[in-house]
Amino acid sequence: MSEAGVIHDIGYQRYDGPRLGRGAVLAALYQHGLRASFGLGRPAKSKIFPWMVAGIVLLVAVIDAGVRARTGIVLFDYYQFDDTLTWLIIFFVAIIAPELVSRDMRSGVLPLYFSRPVRAADYVGAKAAALVTAVWLLLGVPQLIMFLSAAFTTKTGMRGVWHEAGNLIPGWGYSLLWAVIFASLSLLIASLTGKRAFAAGGIVAVFLMSTPVVGVLNVLPSTTAHNLSGLVSPMTLVNGIGIWLRGKVDMGLDIGQLGPVYGIEAFCLVSACLLLLLARYRKVASL
Amino acid sequence: MTIIATQALTKTYGGGVTALADLTVDVDAGVIGLVGANGAGKSTFIKIMLGLIAPSSGEVRVFGLDPVAQTDQVRARVGYMPENDCLPPDVSASEFVTHLGRLSGLPKTAARERASEALRHVGLYEERYRQIGGYSTGMKQRVKLAQALVHDPDLLLLDEPTNGLDPAGRDAMLTLVHRIGNEFGISVVVCSHLLGEVERICDSLVAIEGGRLLRADRISAMTTASDVLAVEVSEGTDELAVALAARGLPVSHDGRLLLVPLDSEDAYDTVLQAVAELDLPLHRLDQRRHRVAELFTTKETADV
Repeated sequence: MSEAGVIHDIGYQRYDGPRLGRGAVLAALYQHGLRASFGLGRPAKSKIFPWMVAGIVLLVAVIDAGVRARTGIVLFDYYQFDDTLTWLIIFFVAIIAPELVSRDMRSGVLPLYFSRPVRAADYVGAKAAALVTAVWLLLGVPQLIMFLSAAFTTKTGMRGVWHEAGNLIPGWGYSLLWAVIFASLSLLIASLTGKRAFAAGGIVAVFLMSTPVVGVLNVLPSTTAHNLSGLVSPMTLVNGIGIWLRGKVDMGLDIGQLGPVYGIEAFCLVSACLLLLLARYRKVASL
Repeated sequence: MTIIATQALTKTYGGGVTALADLTVDVDAGVIGLVGANGAGKSTFIKIMLGLIAPSSGEVRVFGLDPVAQTDQVRARVGYMPENDCLPPDVSASEFVTHLGRLSGLPKTAARERASEALRHVGLYEERYRQIGGYSTGMKQRVKLAQALVHDPDLLLLDEPTNGLDPAGRDAMLTLVHRIGNEFGISVVVCSHLLGEVERICDSLVAIEGGRLLRADRISAMTTASDVLAVEVSEGTDELAVALAARGLPVSHDGRLLLVPLDSEDAYDTVLQAVAELDLPLHRLDQRRHRVAELFTTKETADV
């Protein structure tokens, strides 16, 4: 062994550097969650799924942008883009939400978190924010690509770019709506079990089972039933709010004058999910 | 210096289960053994000290701070190693401990440095870049200890640190805990239901049973004047016992051994004379310390 190879034991060193507050802890937890959503800092296996979904979504956006640039035909606008990709969003949250919360539950790591300055509210907040951001990025980045393509090929100069940006911003807002509703609902379901497969199945089931109910309500001979049918399923709920806020009748769902009901339900749904999550982790933290 | 002080600490759970009843104890810095059977209230006590659950009544102070009101200050100075499995299998030890360091409020680079340091101190070197799922139980226990050390606490709360380890692993873990307490200058509370294990490394001992304090004292105070002589002869054990009893020594049997209290140096001579007179083949004659366990058992029987 050379002299340089000798390891000198310098003994235990006390730490007297800065200790950051709960804000920094929250930020660290959020960052960790966001990275985990895309499998960063995890083995290659956990990168496959999120990047596959992201790849498909990007591909759809690139094709749309390409077709539009070449032929001027708009395959779908920013809203329709989100609506079209509903299934991918469901699969994305069904895999990522358990990755964020069930995994912690399964490995028993929570006592280590809650014996540190992390509180139940911090944990729920950071995880929800991480998943919302992940879903929003999943939709928002392709939307940005669509925008860039449209902006560079516009024939009306700056005015065209502004017009396009005026479409993009609400489109991003719509994506955020998808992200918030899907993230809170799927996190709540995932927090109930430590088994990732069960959690994923549960999330898909909740999203899928509600769809036939919408269909049944839609064949009833009552306009009110038609107008209310969208409330049953999270997908049509988001849809309905989009229709309400844009004041535009979309194909399929007819919400009539009941737009505010959709808005209220969405708000209540998200609040209820987050409060239930908080209650759940309050209990877990003291175990 | 008193690091943990409780005053009539009581914790009653919802179902009317009393986990801690009227516990009053002052604990000095050093390595402290917290012993009691399963369900004696050890884990409840630890959770109260961490501010995870609030006591039903009574007071607790850790470093003079109230864990309920000043939770963050207490947790910054306390490291906790839980009893159960608490490690995710698919990250490396290095990454995991770094993450927990950040959750304790360390800045990113400091967390990374401290994580390597902590892992080095518990004896994980190159392995720390491997995924935890591939670790042995002993290595996992070390990672659990490292995560409790990462934010440089002044007090470690270790819940059954030797759980699931083989005898060699137990010894290594106990040596490590002893080193942390004596060389690192960090006080350690070691929870265990195995008295014989903690008494080797502890400065003081807190024994609880059914949520009540059984005894709290320094080990040295518990074991003074309680040394015994162990005598082993190849044959004629019973004759020797009779002979020693005749000389006024209260003999007790322990398997093939005879135990004689070592009240004065004369006991040696008395035993030797007795053996010589009976002309027995003496196998062993050594002084041994009373194990703390025996203190508790005699005390308990005395109480009954």
